[in-house]
Amino acid sequence: MPRIRKAIPGVDPKLLIKDAGKLLPEPSRRLFLRGAASLGALAALTGCDIIDEESAENTLRVVSQFNDRVQALIFQPTKLAPTYPESAITRPFPFNAYYSEDEAPEVDKDDYKLEIAGLVDKKESWTLEQLYALPEVSQITRHVCVEGWSAIGKWSGTPLKDFLVRIGADLKANYVYFICAEGYSTSIDMPTALHPQTQMTFKFADEILPRKYGFPMKIRIPTKLGFKNPKHVMSLVVTNDYRGGYWENQGYNWFSGN
Amino acid sequence: MTVETAEHSAHTANAVIHPWWVRITHWVNAIAIIVMIGSGWQIYNASPLFGFTFPRSITIGEWLAGALLWHFAAMWILVVNGLVYITLGLATGRFRRKLFPIRVSEVWADFLAALSGKLSHEDLSVYNAVQKLLYLGVILAGIVIVLSGISIWKPVQYQELTAVFGGYDAARYVHFIAMSAIVGFLVVHVVLAVIVPKSLRAMILGR
Repeated sequence: MPRIRKAIPGVDPKLLIKDAGKLLPEPSRRLFLRGAASLGALAALTGCDIIDEESAENTLRVVSQFNDRVQALIFQPTKLAPTYPESAITRPFPFNAYYSEDEAPEVDKDDYKLEIAGLVDKKESWTLEQLYALPEVSQITRHVCVEGWSAIGKWSGTPLKDFLVRIGADLKANYVYFICAEGYSTSIDMPTALHPQTQMTFKFADEILPRKYGFPMKIRIPTKLGFKNPKHVMSLVVTNDYRGGYWENQGYNWFSGN
Repeated sequence: MTVETAEHSAHTANAVIHPWWVRITHWVNAIAIIVMIGSGWQIYNASPLFGFTFPRSITIGEWLAGALLWHFAAMWILVVNGLVYITLGLATGRFRRKLFPIRVSEVWADFLAALSGKLSHEDLSVYNAVQKLLYLGVILAGIVIVLSGISIWKPVQYQELTAVFGGYDAARYVHFIAMSAIVGFLVVHVVLAVIVPKSLRAMILGR
């Protein structure tokens, strides 16, 4: 019998598939260990799969969540990341994303509005003009990538803490969640959001943030690994609910603090 | 070495060579270090320091996220087990008795004897000078690899420690070199255990 495909008007099939994925029971979803071969050397040494994939994954997930709590304890809210002189800046600063540089999202500066949602008093969106008018601070800090490499850059913008106070955010909420133009997302703990060096960044190396580094706004967090520094941020959500993030949902440690 | 061996061999026939805590921490460490090295190689592959990567068939974790999960899980086993081992080694006086003194002249003499196949393994309860040096060395490499690892993991919170290793990037090289030293030790260690099987039995059964 031939398969009949029938489009349902007004329903994006891609979104439908995405939603269906969420509903699937846990074991049917893609395992972040990516197949039994993930045990690689261990399996080779013992000549068999000594640990079954699912229980290994569950154990590792529990340990990763334990490591989130340990890192939250280690985190010192007032301890500053080391800063560097201009001469230490890495040139050219590496581009890094899960897409190539020419695939970076193009955000229109006139249409842009930063959406505010969740546990905040003032939910009005912010235009770029309004954001640029906020007090500006700069930092020259080390960006550390989860892959191991690092690079020093100069970022300018306004402290996230000041902005959260300005919009009347619940500073006792658990998380700040960011949604980006390309569909990327990440979330951070509130103590990190309130850290003095956590910045809503509008400039890189004293120039308006170029497209490749996250135009029009990135969140610069020198106390977190690079993937926790979202680019092209479109929405900011203050929430008590854990929302993970693009890489976190694939198995990368959520806290990922430096 | 030979005089000491003679003195000890009288009471070693039934004496315990390795107490229970040495055997348990040894094998727990063996599992932890294999997972740490295998996952560490996969993490290295994400941003290699040198012009080579490790074949995926001998790494653990399959991709970066998986390797990081294994690495940051096994680290707890490695560190807690290592602390137990070092604490008991110091408290019971085993380190002092077994590993010291190490004399340069004895190391050289025993090294030459080992190369010519004349080094005695009659009494496993006494370490020759080369063994003492290697066991002490691998304990030190273990301490360095943990401290440099903490420096890479927490270069902001523990930035003073990271600075001791010359900064974040330098700490990665230190971590790699310490790994290389441990792997080098492991190759010699495993080969010798195979050549002298009763040493393997002693590490399992105690005697």
